Amino acid sequence: MDAPIQKIEPMSAARTSPTTGQTIRLHILRYNPADPGSRPHMQTFELEQTEGMTLFIALSEIREKQDPSLQFDFVCRAGICGSCAMVVNGRPALACRTLTKNVGPDITLAPLPFFELIGDLSVDTGKWMRGMSERVRGWLHMKNPSPDLSRIEEAMDPDLADKIYELDRCIECGCCVAACGTARMREDFVGAVGLNRVARFRLDPRDARTDADFYEVIGDDDGVFGCMSLLACHDVCPKNLPLATQIAFMRRKMVRIGFS
Amino acid sequence: MKIVYTDVLVIGGGLAGLRLGIGAKRRGHDVIILSLVPPKRSHSAAAQGGMQASLANVIKGQGDNEDVHFEDTVRGSDWGADQEVVRMFVNTAPKAVRELAAWGVPWSRVRQGDRQVVINGKQVTITERAEAHGLVAQRDFGGTKKWRTCYVSDGTGHAMLQTMSDQAIGASIPVHERMEAIALIHDGARCYGAIVRNLVTGELSAYVAKATAITTGGAGRLYRVTTNAVICDGIGHAIALETGVAALGNMEAVQFHPTGIFPAGILVTEGCRGDGGLLKDGDGHRFMPDYEPEKKELASRDVVSRRMEEHIAKGKGVKSRFGDHIWLDITLLGEKHIKHNLREVYEICHYFLGVDPVKDMIPVRPAQHYTMGGVRTNPTGESPTLKGLFAAGEAACWDMHGFNRLGGNSVAETVVAGMIVGEYIADFCDKIENDVDIPTRVVHDFLRREQLALDGLSNGTGNADASEIKARMQEIMTDKVGIFRTGKDLEQAVDQLQKLFVRSRGIGLRSHTPGVNPELVTAYRTQKMLKLALCVAHGALTRTESRGAHYRQDYPRRNDAEWLKRTLATWKSDASLPTLSYEALDVRRMELPPGWRGYGAKDYVDHPDTAARQAEVDATKARSTERFDRQRALMPYEQLLPERLRGRNERVDDRIAATPPPEAEEAQGFVWETE
Repeated sequence: MDAPIQKIEPMSAARTSPTTGQTIRLHILRYNPADPGSRPHMQTFELEQTEGMTLFIALSEIREKQDPSLQFDFVCRAGICGSCAMVVNGRPALACRTLTKNVGPDITLAPLPFFELIGDLSVDTGKWMRGMSERVRGWLHMKNPSPDLSRIEEAMDPDLADKIYELDRCIECGCCVAACGTARMREDFVGAVGLNRVARFRLDPRDARTDADFYEVIGDDDGVFGCMSLLACHDVCPKNLPLATQIAFMRRKMVRIGFS
Repeated sequence: MKIVYTDVLVIGGGLAGLRLGIGAKRRGHDVIILSLVPPKRSHSAAAQGGMQASLANVIKGQGDNEDVHFEDTVRGSDWGADQEVVRMFVNTAPKAVRELAAWGVPWSRVRQGDRQVVINGKQVTITERAEAHGLVAQRDFGGTKKWRTCYVSDGTGHAMLQTMSDQAIGASIPVHERMEAIALIHDGARCYGAIVRNLVTGELSAYVAKATAITTGGAGRLYRVTTNAVICDGIGHAIALETGVAALGNMEAVQFHPTGIFPAGILVTEGCRGDGGLLKDGDGHRFMPDYEPEKKELASRDVVSRRMEEHIAKGKGVKSRFGDHIWLDITLLGEKHIKHNLREVYEICHYFLGVDPVKDMIPVRPAQHYTMGGVRTNPTGESPTLKGLFAAGEAACWDMHGFNRLGGNSVAETVVAGMIVGEYIADFCDKIENDVDIPTRVVHDFLRREQLALDGLSNGTGNADASEIKARMQEIMTDKVGIFRTGKDLEQAVDQLQKLFVRSRGIGLRSHTPGVNPELVTAYRTQKMLKLALCVAHGALTRTESRGAHYRQDYPRRNDAEWLKRTLATWKSDASLPTLSYEALDVRRMELPPGWRGYGAKDYVDHPDTAARQAEVDATKARSTERFDRQRALMPYEQLLPERLRGRNERVDDRIAATPPPEAEEAQGFVWETE
């Protein structure tokens, strides 16, 4: 009440981002399976490109201003949750962190193949990922399921913790499966995402399982022996996970079990 | 009509909901978790920097314990927190980190020996103890006396959520994905579950449960500039409010994070500053020490955000095409540190800004970040007014954050509250008198009501545009209910939001496609969000003081004499404003009576009971030197914790102190237990 009130400009001083002066065209594969009248077709939307425009911003603008029925999935819009993978100009990628100026002015968008289509650019990766996780038993099988929480935690080598985190960085976006040749032929293939999960737990000394246990879940053609080493998973992974290396490594370990 | 029955219905598949569900399931109850998205995509994953727990493994954490964490949290809250709940929290946080360490989280670990760190802009060598080698490491964060924030590189929330979700799968807990609770089923006294919309087919169904838990996170999307994910619309808050019975606590307490990248508002972690990063102005000058000589860049978030905006208002910001901003400089941390411990930050700068933070500074400006307010609960996590309704995590006002949350205390709250409330929910379900006896007719009535409301939107004759109303609401909130608030702005905000609320009843849809219909989703969510926006704005207008993140330029002082109380908002049907009431905080029972926070403003109006209570506290402290006795004498809380979560937390210093000298060891036949 004492000091005169200094007018502080609202922090949304950035009203609207300045335009770059370029028009971009998004060619989007449209199909709504819930609508019996819907047929798959391409539809083109034109909009003004603004500074720093991502596909998240562009698609949101289209839904708000041009076509409210357009379906897509974004959650974090910061490249960390894996919701928004789609095929951008023929290549699986995270839409939220794709700048339109890097892929335009003509941008073709399609939903990820392989996964169940919900509509337009939205696919059900969640259902598939849960199923995969159940199949590869993708959770830490604790050596000690009821540790005394009041006692100091078990020590772990700092480098090993970092190595586990490296594989734990997977965001289950589905790009690796969408780009996978084996997945096209074998619908039960667990994919690079599944094999990476197993590799992560195999590396973890807190997990009670042995190679023989892991062989039970991935020691067949739907698992590590299904991979044809086409390496597309490795190329498209938005988190740059060493997928091909992990698969090759797991295959060597599993071969050893297979022959023993 | 489809009715699904379960023991525990958890609404929200983030860290709090998953941990709570696992707890109830372990106690033998059936659990179903509803989630808008696959659970690993929940906003918990966005927590980068870490989780506070006073493990005191690193040398800069030495001497840390529950008492220090308690005081930091209460000071951070600007004395708005429930101190008993803070005590429950700080005692459980180390257990939560240790549980997650056992469940698979790859916590970054301590490496013994010398290492280079940056403190206050200078390179310093610190030496980690051999005894701590391989234990969970901690980093520095704002508003803390010790290095207390446990982390996994800067993907802490991601790694925690991976492990938690994996363990939920391992426990065979069904997660019904792409399902949204749009109303709670209740009879005015007891909650019986929720009406749920399938976000793929558009169909409604009813989930009937003994206990219902809201764990839906925050409501950041009330604002235009926010770090929050696009799903953080606060619908969990809203359906509780719409019961007219459950109350929302302290909705005006909204946190703005100092370092949202500019202009997108995407978060870069407080770990940037915790690890030594600096804030610089348009002249390249490090300005925070001028304002906050004690904590500098590492004062609490509310204080740092205000100082940044104040500095910009003085014309000292960096000018850009998008408007003014501040620089975050982490170049002094070096390439190895950035690419190892701040790799998400590196990626975000690379992809969204085209900036290499190893060489260049990062443009930042404060952005809405955290909803301190939420469904008001008692310490067990249950609503005091609607039996059978529980809440945990950001969606709850439990209330451990008061008017400002400390960095690293949010993911910590999710798992700690999940552990505690999970036990209490199981206790609730154990009791035969809490069995569900609701007639299906009542369930039908709720379902029909919701279906009619949606049909009204789909087939109505309204012509108001949902997206436009939502955008307008977000503008009003960001412009007038932001970091700096005045009575005049807030009056305008309430008035404009009320008008929008009226307009939102006339929303019409342009699209009538079967299935999910995203426009319909925006429409019904916007109607609910406007109620929350009004709770925030009206609560802020009415609270004529400044406390924590709620800053009134026309009432710049914290006023304990009049405002040491929690705002409770309820919503009567057909109202266009919330009904506000207040719950006083009792100074006479506080372990830490109100005072100066140690940073920020030094003038405040004391509560009449503060001096007497402070004298009592001082006398008690003088009498007992042992810290546990002293704490018990000041404010006993252990009875509030589930029995299995009580007990003292061992630390590496206890071990070092307990290790007898080598000669004595042999004489006593002492065998050190190795792990």
